[in-house]
Amino acid sequence: MIRIDSVTKRYPDGTVAVDRLSLEIPDRSITVLVGPSGCGKTTTLRMINRMVEPTEGTILLDGQDIQRRPVTALRRSMGYVIQNAGLFQHRTIVDNIATVPRMLGWGKQKSRARAAELMERVGLDSALAKRYPYQLSGGQQQRVGVARALAADPPVLLMDEPFSAVDPVVRKGLQDELLRLQDELGKTIVFVTHDIDEAIKLGTTVAVLREGGRLAQYAPPAELLSAPADGFVEDFLGADRGIRRLSFFSSAALELTVDPVITADADAGRIAASGTPHLLVTDADGRPLGWAERREAAAGPVDTERLLPHGRPFVPGTDSLRAALDCAVLSPTGWAVAVDGTGRVTGVVSQATIAEAIRTAHTQSRAEAARQAGETGEPRDADAADRADKAEVAP
Amino acid sequence: MNGFFDIPSDLQHSWPGLIGLHVREALLPVAAGLLLALPLAQLCVRLRWLYAPVLGVTTVLYAIPSLAFFVVLIDYTGQTELTVMIPLAVYSLVVLVPAIVDAVRSVPQETLAAATAMGFGPVRRYLQVQLPIAAPAVIAGLRVATASSISLVSVGALIGNQGALGNLLAAAQKYDRPELAVNSVLTTAALAILCDALLVLLRRVLTPWMPRGSGGGPRAAAAASQRPEAEVAAR
Repeated sequence: MIRIDSVTKRYPDGTVAVDRLSLEIPDRSITVLVGPSGCGKTTTLRMINRMVEPTEGTILLDGQDIQRRPVTALRRSMGYVIQNAGLFQHRTIVDNIATVPRMLGWGKQKSRARAAELMERVGLDSALAKRYPYQLSGGQQQRVGVARALAADPPVLLMDEPFSAVDPVVRKGLQDELLRLQDELGKTIVFVTHDIDEAIKLGTTVAVLREGGRLAQYAPPAELLSAPADGFVEDFLGADRGIRRLSFFSSAALELTVDPVITADADAGRIAASGTPHLLVTDADGRPLGWAERREAAAGPVDTERLLPHGRPFVPGTDSLRAALDCAVLSPTGWAVAVDGTGRVTGVVSQATIAEAIRTAHTQSRAEAARQAGETGEPRDADAADRADKAEVAP
Repeated sequence: MNGFFDIPSDLQHSWPGLIGLHVREALLPVAAGLLLALPLAQLCVRLRWLYAPVLGVTTVLYAIPSLAFFVVLIDYTGQTELTVMIPLAVYSLVVLVPAIVDAVRSVPQETLAAATAMGFGPVRRYLQVQLPIAAPAVIAGLRVATASSISLVSVGALIGNQGALGNLLAAAQKYDRPELAVNSVLTTAALAILCDALLVLLRRVLTPWMPRGSGGGPRAAAAASQRPEAEVAAR
């Protein structure tokens, strides 16, 4: 656990970068520091490995003041990932990754073996080992940056806007990869970003900072979206926080219906039995083909060439309510198609049913929050955050 | 071309002997200049305010004609090679100090921050990160300093046969043998081209990590154009 205790950073010219900030960063979770530029998030991160020394206050790592540890030893026990990766351009990929192990006195063989293992872990082809950084794409370089930070297996990982300089598609890949890695490794990660969507996607807990380095709110993402502490946080979250919050509700409880689902060779009696204006037509395997008008379908055999597109389906339980709503909104009929893991239709659900599920989810979430508040006597603590996470679904 | 390689005996050297002497008188000052420039440049990087005065002083020293240097130095070091080499070493500073300062400063901030965050101390960071990354620009500076030094050695002829190949110019006048002057100019030029080629080769060997086809990189081009050849030739 990293405990930041009323830390202030004031520069000689009087600028206050961080103002009496207190945070408890729990072990084995991702804590995101987010805020506009000039909010002191990078300064805060750099105070944890003493690249910036606080003017006032203390930072404790597992109960010990970080000032009492030799600065190089402290830094070597914390991985650091930076924007644009900051690779050593004059060293090969494998040597870049092996930097900290070599400094810690591991043998050359052992360091290289470890580097090779990490390349695999972060999804880099081993053929890249002997290349130089300029021969890699931005996304690959950033993976090397992550591998380099993990090389000596530090318990703490500090990440300073690591994915800000790559394009959105690559960024999404890197974010997913980080979440997967974190599942395997369980590091204590402190992650700085100015991107609130990234914060909500990655954070176990999110600290929103405002200009002048003051803490605006410190809460799990779902709570941030449902109960922003003030106008600043609400503005920072953006206009569609209600929609985004749906990412944290599971679609498992949606009531699906199979009435409007028919196979392409369905008989007229089966078609007449359904009460909806549109019918979802599937192939013999149960995979969706598209929507048909009931009147047309009743007139004769279904013409699979003339169906309306069924849009992207969602997987109940795996996808969130947000994904289900998105499917329904994009569907030409207003109905979302639910499939199982193998792509077979398990039912369809209307916008009205989804809206009902959203209302239910909101009610349950309020009740849950009230129950927890009563239980612990505190609005939020690390355990409550953990419990809330387990109920959440990845966005 | 009769007697092209027939060197007058008062020069006390054969043609290859003159070349050896020339190489020594030209390159030792550059090496000394590099040894002096590295710590000086590092000081300028660490103490920003120092750079402007250092640059000013080296430029003023560069503006002193070598003949004036000789007149002063001759009292201390006599009519020796050293008297020729000391000014050359001083001149090389005006090229090398800014080349190294700019090169070290051009190392990306992320790279430095990453090195610091990984627990590199200042000395290790300088030797293992900044200097290697600065190498191409430093070598670009060395190329300019070397070419200039090779051409300037000839002035040593003015203080009694200390100009190596330059002595051939004096001999050409003295014995009315213009082919000796041609020999001097061509050999000096060939020597400069050869040394330059060797430095380019050195850069290739030292920097397998540079993208191919970018020459010495943008920094090198900037360093080279900063000190026009005309300035050197004017000496």
